[in-house]
Amino acid sequence: MSQSAPDRVIAPGGGTAGTTRRGQAVKFAVLVVLAAFFLMPMYVLVVTGFKPFAEATSARAWLLPRQWSTEGWAAAWTALAPGLWNSVRMVVPAAVISAVLGSLNGYVMARWRFPGADTVFTLFLFGMFIPYQAVMIPLQQIMVSSGLMGGLFPLILAHTVYGIPICTLIFRNYYASIPHTLIEAARVDGAGLLRTYAHVVLPVSAPAFAVTLIWQFTSAWNDFLFAVFLTGPRSWPVTVQLNNVAGSMVVPYNQQMAAAVLASLPTLVIYLLLGRYFMRGLMAGALKG
Amino acid sequence: MSEPTTRPGAASGGTGPPRPTRPRHGSRGARLLTRVRSWLPSLLLVSPSILLLGLFVYGMIGWNTRLALSDQHRPIDEGSFVGLDNFVALWQEARWPAAVNNAIVFTVVFVGGALLLGWLLGLLLDKGIRGEPVFRTLFLAPMAVSFIATGVVWRWLMNPAPVERATGLNALFVQFNLDFLVNTWWTAPDFGMAAMALPAIWQLSGYVMALFLAGFRGVPEELREAARVDGCSEWGVYWHVVMPQLRPVTLSAVIIIGHMSLKVFDLIIAIAGQQIVADVPAVYMWSTVFEVRDPAKGATIASYLLVAVAVFVIPYLVWTMRKERSEGR
Repeated sequence: MSQSAPDRVIAPGGGTAGTTRRGQAVKFAVLVVLAAFFLMPMYVLVVTGFKPFAEATSARAWLLPRQWSTEGWAAAWTALAPGLWNSVRMVVPAAVISAVLGSLNGYVMARWRFPGADTVFTLFLFGMFIPYQAVMIPLQQIMVSSGLMGGLFPLILAHTVYGIPICTLIFRNYYASIPHTLIEAARVDGAGLLRTYAHVVLPVSAPAFAVTLIWQFTSAWNDFLFAVFLTGPRSWPVTVQLNNVAGSMVVPYNQQMAAAVLASLPTLVIYLLLGRYFMRGLMAGALKG
Repeated sequence: MSEPTTRPGAASGGTGPPRPTRPRHGSRGARLLTRVRSWLPSLLLVSPSILLLGLFVYGMIGWNTRLALSDQHRPIDEGSFVGLDNFVALWQEARWPAAVNNAIVFTVVFVGGALLLGWLLGLLLDKGIRGEPVFRTLFLAPMAVSFIATGVVWRWLMNPAPVERATGLNALFVQFNLDFLVNTWWTAPDFGMAAMALPAIWQLSGYVMALFLAGFRGVPEELREAARVDGCSEWGVYWHVVMPQLRPVTLSAVIIIGHMSLKVFDLIIAIAGQQIVADVPAVYMWSTVFEVRDPAKGATIASYLLVAVAVFVIPYLVWTMRKERSEGR
């Protein structure tokens, strides 16, 4: 299997043609069944969202709508619009600030280390894993006593701070892959820390910024825990509003399902359009970027 | 932030090629000064983050711990040091051990299930198959969505309502005359938490697949080829050559899924709300802090969660850092 590279993409090599083809068909069939399992909830969400109120009942639960209707979507939009807007206003600054800090940290950790940098980095990384319950009470008390509670600021702060570890990790791994010579050359030329960053490192940072921004956008958008105890009704992001809509007994299924789709659309669109960067963020979570 | 960081940055030689302040020979103080000059700017550049994380991670963990060791059982109490009293008292209740038990069942099923399904998906896709990009995209898509949103649909899919009013999966079972499969899902006392892990598996097995796929494809082809030459079957190659190489990947997956699992909150809230059958520590803490309003007890639950996560994560972090350094960076 020396010509394995193209082989592996189009059809598997090795073995005799007959067994391979049968094996291939079996694999494909299993994958299709699994794909159906993965698609099932999405099917339900979309189909139920398009049913008129009267049709969103248990008897016709799995069937396509007899009559396609947008009433569920319209109602969901009305209910969620303020939350969607709050989420945007919260996620953008949180993602940008933690990405910038992560970039500076990553640069230092990878290329311009100070004594104890490894320890600091490990302490940073632990921040990625801590259960947020362990900081919840103090965080809430600080926000209440400083009078900041209720607005979006506490939430922006939380997502910024707790986003720093993963951003630092992604940038450190990325900068570690920049050729040594590039940075050494700048240093030999007498460029200092910041000048090297601005002229050598920053210009090649776009992919890492893409990864961190997408990662931060997705995790802050999807967060529920911080959102629900750090914000008041006026600044609830979309996850909290969705939970309120869906938790209420009187809201019909068509509207609940449509709301869930609306709340997920931004992150899904990013994932579909920029999947490569989304994936890299995911893999960075496993430490080996 | 820019004030303290820019100045030393510029001072460390940014002004031009000939360094203006070369230390005089022999002077020990001067040598130390240059050494400090070489790393002080970088320390200053990281210092805003050190301050933020020091305060918001370690400072608050410290604060939370102090609270857990106190008897501040009402928000207005003063609270004095009582040692581990709260930590012991928790086990004397009915609710806490049940919540811990639920979390353990959930974690075992979730981690095991996601690992198994993710591994299977990775294995099926490893050698390439028609439509691979479509499958990959599809299996990973749930990762992009919040637990709250997936909770909406899974609560419907796993609706425990009786057969006459069955929706979701139960309705599907009835339709195909599989009535024996109809069950009460997450409300069942014996397997409820295992059922609750199903949406979590659905959401994260794609992630495990991605990890394994990267792992599978990271195994050098020469290694597989060598085994084939030695007479290994394709299965043998996987079992004896590929799988042992995947241990680090498997460990990462277990740590990441496991730590998420121990602190599960959104998913439970979205599907069950605060119902005692599906109680877990994070939900119990929530009601302790925001409904019962007992800060010391809430902090105690949080401390237990922190310990549960730290026990796995700290050795993992130390191990990873050490391995990375020995690999030479």
